[in-house]
Amino acid sequence: MTVLEFSLLVCGCSLIAGLVGALTGLGGGVVLVPLLSLFFKVDIRYAIGASLVSVIATSSGAAAAYVKEGFSNIRIGMFLEIATTMGALLGASLAARVSTHAIAIVFGVVLLFSAYFSRKPRSLAERAAPPDPFAIRLRLNGTFPDVDGERTYNVQHVPAGWSLMFGAGALSGLLGIGSGAMKVLAMDQAMRIPFKVSTTTSNFMIGVTAAASAGVYLSRGYIDPGLAMPVMLGVLAGSLLGARILVRMHTKWLRLGFSVVIVLLAIEMLYNGLSGRI
Amino acid sequence: MLPARAWTDQRIENVLGNLLRAGVLLSALVVSIGGAIYLLRHGHSPVDFRVFRGEPADLRNVRGIIGDTVALHGRGIIQLGLLLLIATPIARVAFSIFGFAQERDRMYVVFTLIVFSILLFSILGST
Repeated sequence: MTVLEFSLLVCGCSLIAGLVGALTGLGGGVVLVPLLSLFFKVDIRYAIGASLVSVIATSSGAAAAYVKEGFSNIRIGMFLEIATTMGALLGASLAARVSTHAIAIVFGVVLLFSAYFSRKPRSLAERAAPPDPFAIRLRLNGTFPDVDGERTYNVQHVPAGWSLMFGAGALSGLLGIGSGAMKVLAMDQAMRIPFKVSTTTSNFMIGVTAAASAGVYLSRGYIDPGLAMPVMLGVLAGSLLGARILVRMHTKWLRLGFSVVIVLLAIEMLYNGLSGRI
Repeated sequence: MLPARAWTDQRIENVLGNLLRAGVLLSALVVSIGGAIYLLRHGHSPVDFRVFRGEPADLRNVRGIIGDTVALHGRGIIQLGLLLLIATPIARVAFSIFGFAQERDRMYVVFTLIVFSILLFSILGST
């Protein structure tokens, strides 16, 4: 394959990954690394570097569109970013110390986990739940626009959510993904933040988390411009498109389809990691 | 929550959103220019990312990347675009410090400063 063919193909796949990632809130990174390493036979370290860069592009590119909808909560985002950026530093320093087989295996497990949680029905944020005292002190509770006007929500289980975020940051730094699934898990399941608020706030945080490990990756030589270029441009285009149609789309079937793809990629990653091919 | 605060929050978020988008579009533009040069010069070479070699030293740090950009190397220009991209969320965090200070929200100024120092540590600690 020539550089031109490779770039066009990778750009097309990245566009689809970015689009579906934005629509499901799971991010494109989670499928990009397996896609690049399994089908394009790219060394997983290059794949992780390129994916990490695209994760920043996705997050920052879609932010403007999300912000206008008024869903994201800047305080929840900033408070949790303390956890995710510290985790990201830990993850990025671990990435240099573990073998590529181990990274592939961890990746497979994370993919399975993402698929499982993308299938889980959304917890309906309990409107009547008493607020967590931490949430009051930290001013995390907020409102968002719903079909029948402004809806208020109370944030629950703040310490548990914060700890999960640290883990999400570490995975992001280790695997070069946005850890969207784990972030949504922390916000949706633990902190009981309404789904659209957690998706958009998580999107907002992903770029900051990825930037925390990107500097480490760049200086370690994991970010190859020839690979990162088509990946970043493709994912960015896809995610901008996705953010445009997010608000008016019903994503149930898309999530189902995406989780099937994720499970298949997970099995491939586990097989390749365990057999020492990656 | 007071309506005045909600409005201020929304305004900060709007500025942030636009800042992020401008940063990303600028970086995408730089990456595209670099990509065009790279593809024009190397488009027909065979591709090989199977074996990890690590990037050459000049593509790993700011000074080397700027040197390559001045020399109009496609790969250097792409890398410059990627540096701009990494700087975008960092700029967003820096702006949030200002935003929370405007709101006199001391607690969140401190939180944002913590995040900002972690980001600086990661960039400076690694170069």
